[in-house]
Amino acid sequence: MKKVWTIATKDFRSYFTSPIAYIVIAGFLTIMGWMFFFNLSHFNSMNLQYRSYGMGKSVSISEGIIRPLYGNMNVILLFLTPFITMRLFSEEKKLHTIELLMTSPVTLMETILGKFLSAFLLVLVMVGITFTYPVILFLTGNPDIGVVFTSILGTLLLSGCYLSIGILFSAMTENQIVAGALTFASGLFLWLISWASQSTGPVMGEFLNYLSLIGHYNNFSQGMIQSGDVIFYVSFIGLGLFFTHQVLDSYRWR
Amino acid sequence: MINVSHLTKQYGPRSAIQDLSFEIHPGEIVGFLGPNGAGKSTTMKILTGFMPATSGSATVAGYEVFKNPIELKRNIGYLPETPPVYLDMVVRDYVEFAAKLHDVPKSKLKTAVDLALEKTSLTDVGKRIIGNLSKGYRQRVGLAQALVHNPKVLILDEPTVGLDPKQIIEIRELIKSLAGDHTVILSSHILPEVTATCQRIIVISKGKIVAQDTLDQISARLRKGLIYNMTIKNPSSDAAQSIQSISGVKSASLAGNKLIIELTQSGMDSRDQIVAAAVGKGLGVLEFSSEKVNLEDIFLQLTTEEKIS
Ligand SMILES: Nc1ncnc2c1ncn2[C@@H]1O[C@H](COP(=O)(O)OP(=O)(O)OP(=O)(O)O)[C@@H](O)[C@H]1O
Ligand SMILES: [Mg+2]
Repeated sequence: MKKVWTIATKDFRSYFTSPIAYIVIAGFLTIMGWMFFFNLSHFNSMNLQYRSYGMGKSVSISEGIIRPLYGNMNVILLFLTPFITMRLFSEEKKLHTIELLMTSPVTLMETILGKFLSAFLLVLVMVGITFTYPVILFLTGNPDIGVVFTSILGTLLLSGCYLSIGILFSAMTENQIVAGALTFASGLFLWLISWASQSTGPVMGEFLNYLSLIGHYNNFSQGMIQSGDVIFYVSFIGLGLFFTHQVLDSYRWR
Repeated sequence: MINVSHLTKQYGPRSAIQDLSFEIHPGEIVGFLGPNGAGKSTTMKILTGFMPATSGSATVAGYEVFKNPIELKRNIGYLPETPPVYLDMVVRDYVEFAAKLHDVPKSKLKTAVDLALEKTSLTDVGKRIIGNLSKGYRQRVGLAQALVHNPKVLILDEPTVGLDPKQIIEIRELIKSLAGDHTVILSSHILPEVTATCQRIIVISKGKIVAQDTLDQISARLRKGLIYNMTIKNPSSDAAQSIQSISGVKSASLAGNKLIIELTQSGMDSRDQIVAAAVGKGLGVLEFSSEKVNLEDIFLQLTTEEKIS
């Protein structure tokens, strides 16, 4: 387990020696900041309207700001996580540094977990910085703290799935760009897979709905943690990492 | 220390190495010599546990490769053909990373890294980013990585490639100084490389071992068909004939004032008789020398001829 941390810190640091982390973080914060601001002003004007025309209950902060905030974050992370994972194994293969990892007393799974952890830490930093938004809301209003935390948990689990797919594709090719593109395409596909459920039969539709990555996020955005959703995300991550293991193991049998 | 028996590796239908068997004793420095594509790197990749063999077995430092990979890898220092360096890392951090991967305890980390950097003359560039270093320096960083955990066995795939002559000498000295405490196996396709550092060489060609012995013995085995040159003052046509009649001489021919004498492969030393006969005939011997046995020629002979006996 110590080795997992050794590898994780090495990869985490290397995000910051290349422009990637800065670009990803800057892009993320810019878009998130803009969306937060936009949401906030929209929310304000809406509530102002509600109040001045006396249209009953106003929209809650959770519904009007928190939910769209993390909903948007999930979409943006779908776009950005491929940049985080694309080089993790592909570059090791291309530069032959994987030979160091594979001839060191480290198991393949430790290596994979280390890489996953490094990517996850970066996402954690990004999501962590945006925690200032709910903090601002707390200072000025009283949003539902439960919704904030379940949304963050859901977002992190969902990102974990993106990262897991990304690491798998990164292990499959020496080409970062290919790895990134495939990651994005598959992530998007698994996101939108439920669309097809409307035009398929009920059984198939149910199944496709179940596979949909975003489908399992809904409960989190409502402030609920359902064990089924957590199990789905965790198994999805585990499966991705397991396949990565198989891919890398077969790589040396070539 | 290293025990290889009937090792075979196939890449698809093509075999890279076939039925390799050899043994390396503790403290030995052995050179793995062979032309491009001979299977040197393949053998090393198997010994380090990077990839499995198709058949056969290998034991390194007492651990059977692939049966006990973690223990095995802890005891091996490996410099692959391409130095496995992270270009965005600082030299020192990189060597430290390699040390941590190889279970160097935290308390000894700093000394181990310092020592590895010192041995490979990298102390001055310890703070530089590897990507900004020249090829030779990167090679040394790769070497420092292989040394840092003070492994019992060092497997070095072409360790001096890309180094300048001064560095080559330094690295050779370093490798030689490792003998005794470490068992070293290094590969090369240039003969002087191995002759300068190794006590024993294993010559492989097209995936098979064609010779394995100490250097002296290998060259002795090939010196059987020796050629001598004799420069004479009075060349005459019967000079060659009179030399040729001496037993042990295969042929003698005259080229200008040079008599070229080839001995038979019997190994019999007839130099004394040759010179005596030449003096007796009054040829006026000016010079008598053996054609220098060129080690490169031997190597070429070993690796181009399928069979040597
Ligand atoms: N991954 C691979 N897939 C298919 N064939 C391979 C692979 N790696 C090596 N080979 C083949 O195996 C043979 C031995 O290769 P190897 O790299 O072991 O040779 P080498 O002795 O190290 O050569 P060099 O001096 O060029 O480094 C070669 O014919 C090579 O083409
Ligand atoms: Mg090679």
